[in-house]
Amino acid sequence: MRRLAWFFCVLALAVLPAVVTALDQPYYLELARRVMIFAIAAVSLDLILGYGGMVSFGHAAYLGIGGYAVGILAFYGVTNGWLQLGVAIGASALIAAAIGAVSIRTSGVYFIMITLAFTQMLYYLGISLDQFGGDDGMRLKAKSDFGFLDLGNPVQFYYVVLVLMLAAIYLTQRLVNSRFGMVIRAAKSNESRTRAIGVSPYPYRLLAFVIAGAMGGVAGALLVNQTAYLTPDFMHWTRSGEIMFMVILGGMASAAGPLAGAAALLVVEDVLSSWTQHWQVILGPLLVISVIFFRRGLAGIFSRHDA
Amino acid sequence: MLEVRGLSKSFGALRASDGIDFDVREGETHAVIGPNGAGKTTFIGQLAGNLRPDSGSIVFAGEDITALPAPRRARRGLARSFQITSIYKEFTALENVALAVQACAGHSFRFWRPAFRDEALRRPAEQILADVGLGGRAAVPAANLSHGEQRQLEVAMALATRPRLLLLDEPMAGMGAEESQRMIEFLASLKKRHSIILVEHDMDAVFRLADRISVLVYGRVIATDSPENIRNNEEVRRAYLGEAA
Amino acid sequence: MTTILVFEQLLNGVQLGVMLFLMAAGLTLVLGIMNLVNLAHGALYMVGAYLATAAMQWTGSYPLGVALGLAGALVVGMAVEVTTIRPLYSRDHLDQVLATFGLILFFNELVAIVWGRASLYTSLPGWLQGHVKLLPGSSYPVYRLAIIAVGLAVAATLWYVVARTRLGMLIRAGASNRTMVAALGVNIRLLYTVVFGFGAALAGLAGLMAGPIYSVQPGMGELILIQVFVVIVIGGIGSIRGALVGALIVGIVDTMGRAFLKPVLGTLISPTAAEAAGPALASMLIYLLMAVVLAVKPAGLFSNR
Repeated sequence: MRRLAWFFCVLALAVLPAVVTALDQPYYLELARRVMIFAIAAVSLDLILGYGGMVSFGHAAYLGIGGYAVGILAFYGVTNGWLQLGVAIGASALIAAAIGAVSIRTSGVYFIMITLAFTQMLYYLGISLDQFGGDDGMRLKAKSDFGFLDLGNPVQFYYVVLVLMLAAIYLTQRLVNSRFGMVIRAAKSNESRTRAIGVSPYPYRLLAFVIAGAMGGVAGALLVNQTAYLTPDFMHWTRSGEIMFMVILGGMASAAGPLAGAAALLVVEDVLSSWTQHWQVILGPLLVISVIFFRRGLAGIFSRHDA
Repeated sequence: MLEVRGLSKSFGALRASDGIDFDVREGETHAVIGPNGAGKTTFIGQLAGNLRPDSGSIVFAGEDITALPAPRRARRGLARSFQITSIYKEFTALENVALAVQACAGHSFRFWRPAFRDEALRRPAEQILADVGLGGRAAVPAANLSHGEQRQLEVAMALATRPRLLLLDEPMAGMGAEESQRMIEFLASLKKRHSIILVEHDMDAVFRLADRISVLVYGRVIATDSPENIRNNEEVRRAYLGEAA
Repeated sequence: MTTILVFEQLLNGVQLGVMLFLMAAGLTLVLGIMNLVNLAHGALYMVGAYLATAAMQWTGSYPLGVALGLAGALVVGMAVEVTTIRPLYSRDHLDQVLATFGLILFFNELVAIVWGRASLYTSLPGWLQGHVKLLPGSSYPVYRLAIIAVGLAVAATLWYVVARTRLGMLIRAGASNRTMVAALGVNIRLLYTVVFGFGAALAGLAGLMAGPIYSVQPGMGELILIQVFVVIVIGGIGSIRGALVGALIVGIVDTMGRAFLKPVLGTLISPTAAEAAGPALASMLIYLLMAVVLAVKPAGLFSNR
């Protein structure tokens, strides 16, 4: 049943560009691409939040790091996409390792506040970088050049994002079912039990945190190409909240959840903002209601297995 | 096997453990009994590594483990079951035990192969579940097991880590008469292969299983002796006034 | 860099610290007693600032404006508690974080709808304007001194209430054992509403005092909220003493850092490098401090957990 649903979903996403071109509605191509880029970010957060139980309110930091890596390199004339991607992943992983090393030793509320604080720190750092636009940000000098792939072509860019998103989902699913993933999930389920059978969760959690950060960096690199504009807002903590909502809305610890959540939130934002510029006054209470009344999320409708 | 000297731990003004001397010989089942509030759980907590003693030493198989954190002790062969059931509620019984098997199978930095299909984990887990009497319930989510079955699962998980010393904290807590009997018989079968520290209120179990009994009252061991002598000990009787022995 | 300048910046640091304390006290109580993470605390700060400013403009009277602002923050706080916060006490921190995050979006936009996105102009009455000669050659704003005085007065009152009154005892008891206190016949729900409302009033007070110095605009709460989190992490959850110490440390370190790091760096490394690195490093200072405290004392300096 689930395989069938996935098949149709992928099929729909694959033919979307053709449909959109036929109907001459290029905007929806942009929207779909945006959804998938954020889905990648949501998948990476789901790994540590949904499966790992680590409530990191600082995940937007890695979007920012990935974006800034690409943006800064492009500014200095380095437009090789592979190199940019490598730096984005490397920088995100490194900073995730540093933040994780300090934060993961704490738990509960402290962890939430610390990850939030570190992200804000990076945001202020971004604002203070005047040569890269400070808090106004700056235009992306040139899109990433992947040789045979042209990100300037909307359809090619779309397929690049689609493939990367599917890869992210697949790799994460393999990861969470492996021995490594089982440790992470066990530590979330019952930490003292996990310690009692001889496993210290810390190194595994740290690695998961780094992997999630690196994946977030990939999303950031893609996002800056999508928006063609680099701004510290990538790393604003409200962005972290948005990504968290995507994970929760879609259903935590599920393969399809992040994508469903990203689609739901971004589409709702899109619709609401076309009604009124004050759409957040509606979205806010909607989010509150969804947290209080709908706990399992959207993916809970399609899957009966309790993750 | 295990040697405890002068173990003390206070919580503010409360001396939960007061200079406890305790030892377990290889292959022995040493029971710890005492009235409620005697500090049995605090004692177990210090042995398992969840609590840091204020003073004293714990030597396990010749090695001083007093400062060793809980996961490292488990890997050295010191396994515990919890008084209040502590299992992985979202996972099946088989997955619970498989996790314990995985935990002592070296590191878990393996990222690709699904753990659930790994025969190296399934086979031993299935065997242990069968030994404990849960063979037919392997695929049941742990949350759906009956209380008695969950207690069995607790013991199964402790066994899965191939321990040299088992710390069993009231394994029969909350069990009915028939389940308790089955558990006692199972624990009796373990006696030959493992050294056991058994904390229990169920005196039937204690006298059937224990080679030696230590009585803990107000954080102090007031007697350590064979079951027969403990039964006749005056001080013990006074401490347990009203309790059937 | 004269001693006068250092002295004045030190006072500024204390003033910031005192405001952080007002915010942190409410938040750490709610966190420690009700185990609730409330991201919307900054929104209450903002509401206090807006209501006070609006009341002042409407009535033309500063004291009335302050009173109405405080009352307004208290009422809004309690309303929020009854409607949105109550279902969250039994939920895990993740749900609390997300729900209060939704509240932030709501309040920020609501304020923008009513008053627009531009910052509001706040004025001070004559008796709070002007400067005072504290040291020869130093002329320090009266208003900032007033803030420090108010803050310290609140700290003293808070200590008295928590340590010496029945209400304080209930609060402390509720913190260690909620069900037991309820079983004793105390109306826990009312207690929680009171604590939450009180915290909201403190936040509102901080907000209305901040108005004339910082700008009154949508989102002002979140800027200070993160610093408040740093204060709580450093001070320890549930400890008012920790909140005070942490707040003063953060306030002073942040203010002095922003004022003096660049010039100090300039003497150590080249002035141009200091120009770039100075402000960046200064803004990161309190977070680095937080990381150091955590490495040494993971539960904060005064935690009672």
